[in-house]
Amino acid sequence: MKIQLNELGENRSAKIVSFSGGKKLLDRMLQHGIYPGDKLILKRTAPMRGPYLIEIDGREIILGRMIANKIIVEIEE
Amino acid sequence: MRFALVGRPNCGKSTLFNQVAGYKAETGNFHGTTVSITESKVRAGGQIFELVDLPGTYTLTGSNPAERVTKDYLDNNQVDVIINVVDSTFLPQSLELTLELLKYDVPILLAMNMMDEVVRYGMKIDGPGLGSELGLKTVPLIASKGRGVKGLFLEAIKLVGSPVEINSRFGAFEDDPFSRHKAASELAKKFTLQTDRQLSLRDRADDILLHPVWGNLTLALILFLFFQGVYGVGKLIEPPMLEFFESIITQIEGYIGSENIVGVIVTGLLQGVMAGFAIVLPYLFPFLIGLGLLEDIGYLPRIAFLMDSLMHRIGLHGKAIVPFILGYGCNVPAIMSTRTLEQGRDRFIAAALSTLVPCSARLVVVFGLVAFYMGPMWALGMYLLNLFVIALTGRFLSMLLPETSPGMILEMPPYRIPTFKSVMNKAWFRVKEFMIEAWPLLIIGSGIMAILIFYDLAKYFDILVRPITWMLGLPEELGVPMIFGVLRKELSLVMLTQALGTADYGSVLTYNQMFTFTIFIIFFIPCVATMMMIKKELGTKQMYAITGLTFLIAMVVGLISRLVGDLF
Repeated sequence: MKIQLNELGENRSAKIVSFSGGKKLLDRMLQHGIYPGDKLILKRTAPMRGPYLIEIDGREIILGRMIANKIIVEIEE
Repeated sequence: MRFALVGRPNCGKSTLFNQVAGYKAETGNFHGTTVSITESKVRAGGQIFELVDLPGTYTLTGSNPAERVTKDYLDNNQVDVIINVVDSTFLPQSLELTLELLKYDVPILLAMNMMDEVVRYGMKIDGPGLGSELGLKTVPLIASKGRGVKGLFLEAIKLVGSPVEINSRFGAFEDDPFSRHKAASELAKKFTLQTDRQLSLRDRADDILLHPVWGNLTLALILFLFFQGVYGVGKLIEPPMLEFFESIITQIEGYIGSENIVGVIVTGLLQGVMAGFAIVLPYLFPFLIGLGLLEDIGYLPRIAFLMDSLMHRIGLHGKAIVPFILGYGCNVPAIMSTRTLEQGRDRFIAAALSTLVPCSARLVVVFGLVAFYMGPMWALGMYLLNLFVIALTGRFLSMLLPETSPGMILEMPPYRIPTFKSVMNKAWFRVKEFMIEAWPLLIIGSGIMAILIFYDLAKYFDILVRPITWMLGLPEELGVPMIFGVLRKELSLVMLTQALGTADYGSVLTYNQMFTFTIFIIFFIPCVATMMMIKKELGTKQMYAITGLTFLIAMVVGLISRLVGDLF
């Protein structure tokens, strides 16, 4: 099932499928070492449209809410 | 011989650099502390060589100016060995850069840093295996404790001039980040053995420190304690220091006399020396120790996480909190750190707002005048007012320049236990900057002030800014200290002694005047050094725009402060 990252609950894991934001966003994600195919865990969300904290391969990354909304993930059952 | 340190942000390049070069590069448990190139001659393993500390970068494609610095350096300079510093706890991502570096026809030495953390994470890494797979030499390293440093440079020296023989399997994906990513993570997997990780207190800390309620409360508490701590230490040291120096100055005056020009100049200069010891250092040093602790622990990115939604309200995002926090130390590095922001618009707003942040020089004015005479709560109030004005300015600027960036991507480093040496060195490094760059100016400024007063010249300067002092309801003698504040903000306080003819400012200034004067000093025109840095980073036009803006804000807020004060 493919959903946006913001629809994934806290402490759940999923696989990144794609970024819905064009070439610029893709480049930015790659530069920070975030690739489609990577497994992530949504560790924390901050209230009031605050950022998300995800973990990829043991590395924690803060993502602004707008960016998080553009990440399409797939939940593996 | 020249070795270049290359690696991802926060992998410990500067820590390694400082181990051998003495404390010359800024460090902090934060991504992108180093935004410029630091070079030093180093002696290790019986040889002298050049060591270059380059800004951390994820890739060599470079999306922000700090990252481009690294690529440009490697493209255009002769380097004998690239020392690729790797955070071994995040091997898969670290190796991506390693694979990209293979395109340079230069021997690469892989420094596997943070091996102590690797153990803590329950991992085992086969460094030699990894090295022989890639065709590179690897050395284990714990840069923070200085372990493996000597061996590293001995290896590097051995590598100079040796033929570059990399495994051809890894030479091919120069322009394909996807296959690089895949190859790097396969490599990492092959040579890492993950056993059970033991969760420690450190891993649990974020449950509280990033909690929506407890996290923000802790943040407020930490900042409050920080503020109280600085004030407490400063207040303890300032009065006895002042007394001590004043008795010396009185004695010297007794010898030379205070009615001739020599006596006046000597006293003026001594008062500048006194200001450094008694007014600046007692507040500056504890402040820098506190800031260094927060940096090295890794708390700053947590603040970015907590503050992101608030920062969006002033048109920025959480990552821009860094220039703000650094700004409390000094605006110059704050402006420099806006380099890590990707958008030009973000850089401008962050630079404009961080020049409004009261740096430690202005802290000295706030503590020396407002806190000392009116009480610490007034000083705290002034800081809150300052935050409010910054927020308002941010809103105004983001109305003019609407937000375009989708937000931040920022790595959250693990908590690290700061070493005493690193925190002290860092504070000392920054104090030294004050002593070399600012203190002489303070002393000379104080001397000039004395001469101006002796020959009764100060009044001509006072007339220049009389419109301002008049509008703000300040005595005209404050004109000269105000003008000299553009050079160094501390001068505004230091020169008061001469301008007012007494060190007991409470006897000549009303509380309203003190508050209004300090408010004006906080906001008006960044000091010369800051202006120069804005010009360098953003351009001349932006510098004038920011300077004009800050003057406008200072006048408005100063006027309001005066008028409100007059009501009571």
